[in-house]
Amino acid sequence: MGVWAFLSNVIVNIGDWLRGLLTAAGMGAGWVNLIMSLISAVVLAAFPLVVVIFMIWAYRKIAARMQGRLGPNSSGTWAGPWGIIQTFADAIKMLTKEDIRPQGVDVVPYNLAPILIFAAALMVWAVIPFGPGRAIGSDLGIGIFYILAFSSAALFVVLMAGWSSNNKYATVSAFRAVAILISYEIPQLLSVLAVVMVAGSLSMQRIVEAQEVPFLFVLPLPALIFFLASLAEVNARPFELLEAESELVAGYQVEYSGMKFGMFYLAEFINAVGMSAIFTTLFLGGWRGPWVGAAPILGTVWFLLKVSLMVLVWMFVQITLPRLRIDQVLAFSWKFLVPLTLVTVCVVGLVDRGLSEVAAGGVGVWARAGALLAANLVVAVLTWLVASLGARREQRRVEAWRAAQLEEAEVGA
Amino acid sequence: MTAQQALFLLFGVITLGAALAVVVGRNLFHTALWLLLVFFGVAGIYVLLEAPFFAAAQLFIYMGAIGILIIFGVMLTRRVMRQPLPRANEQWWLAAIMAVALLGVLAWLAWQQPWTAAAAAVPENSISLLGLALVDPEGFALPFEVASVLLVMALIGAVMIVRER
Repeated sequence: MGVWAFLSNVIVNIGDWLRGLLTAAGMGAGWVNLIMSLISAVVLAAFPLVVVIFMIWAYRKIAARMQGRLGPNSSGTWAGPWGIIQTFADAIKMLTKEDIRPQGVDVVPYNLAPILIFAAALMVWAVIPFGPGRAIGSDLGIGIFYILAFSSAALFVVLMAGWSSNNKYATVSAFRAVAILISYEIPQLLSVLAVVMVAGSLSMQRIVEAQEVPFLFVLPLPALIFFLASLAEVNARPFELLEAESELVAGYQVEYSGMKFGMFYLAEFINAVGMSAIFTTLFLGGWRGPWVGAAPILGTVWFLLKVSLMVLVWMFVQITLPRLRIDQVLAFSWKFLVPLTLVTVCVVGLVDRGLSEVAAGGVGVWARAGALLAANLVVAVLTWLVASLGARREQRRVEAWRAAQLEEAEVGA
Repeated sequence: MTAQQALFLLFGVITLGAALAVVVGRNLFHTALWLLLVFFGVAGIYVLLEAPFFAAAQLFIYMGAIGILIIFGVMLTRRVMRQPLPRANEQWWLAAIMAVALLGVLAWLAWQQPWTAAAAAVPENSISLLGLALVDPEGFALPFEVASVLLVMALIGAVMIVRER
């Protein structure tokens, strides 16, 4: 095999080479499989960590620039060009800090929570397709459902951290966390359902393969809803009420210090990258792009570029938007997103099914995409009309209330 | 002992041990966490049975929804911080009778069942088969719809209870 052929599909080829090496060393097939699985697990767990180290630097730098500051730099203590090794310094500081355990905490859950939240953040990466074919941890048949199940099951960890800290801010924050996460899980799940209906599979690799046209242009509404819901799921700014500094100090992490705090911090960033990767896979066509057939490694490059783009969008939203009030956040999910998603899912299902009924031989890829896009836009316009009507009514109600208040004040005077 | 048997034993021990901890524990919050571990162990057994969809549903529904609901219930319970809480109240004998009766019925059912373990391979597309069975009138369409009607009723009931009058 030539160098070029090897490099063109480097992930799978390295795997095959290692597998051949182990088999040649006289190992049984079962042991070879076990060792290969362990290696891929380590690689998949290490990848987000490495990415996140640089992402934290990039986040701080971009946030600083957008807010008219310099961010990490070498003006005081040397921290590399543009302060690029600042994150390493922070990591070393956190690792060497004293492990403080406040009095009155519930020891076992208190210590377990950072570990579990970190583990849950890493679990997602097992089913993210990095490239065509075998460039995926495990192409589970339930793919996307596995991700949703784990992110839902990991909810209790926040509750565990909040409750065991024995601090009222932490407990309030944990309650808020669960309220928000449960509320936004529903629109997220339903928007994924629209994707699954159109793709015809739960497997992440099949969903990518089904995207002749990226689903962002086929299902723009579910894409938007999924993005909003995932912002809430990763605790990003407009929905960032778990650690609203002005109200709750630091939320459920308030009693954690040193590396335990560091693990919460890292898990948050890993979740953000993970959500970007999931969004890329579901709506941006994952590893699909030009020349992937000739050189599969290009698929990984496209995938990483798209994920970086999504991370950038996440950062912009996170940096620029203010925080909503808790009742607004919950009302937005239950009174707006959930009904909208339900309608969208129904419309998408009906249009898709109707198309296959009308055209017996199946419609072309573009006709189907166009019809679904049109249906989405109709739903979007109708939603806009309904929402603006509701907003006008609400405005009138508030004005009437204000007038009544004024009148009352005058009568009182 | 194959790897599968070893894993089955591991998950069995996790499930049963955590279940025991739920019953004998004195800290309500800890017992709720142990209950989540029970759910997790059951999910592991589903994975061993090559039913990944059920495993994920177990995680999603039991750990993600029911477990959280129970923890909420525990947290909203009064005097939960008073340690140690009594393990049983005055109705313990009623619960014991019911538990023994349930055990008897389940054991009897298990005894009646001719456990002819057919070593058929799990079909590759088990999820789509499951989905088709749920909407097939010959299959489970009716129970499926009845279950959803029940859930809608619960939903409407909840809204009715909490709505402002």
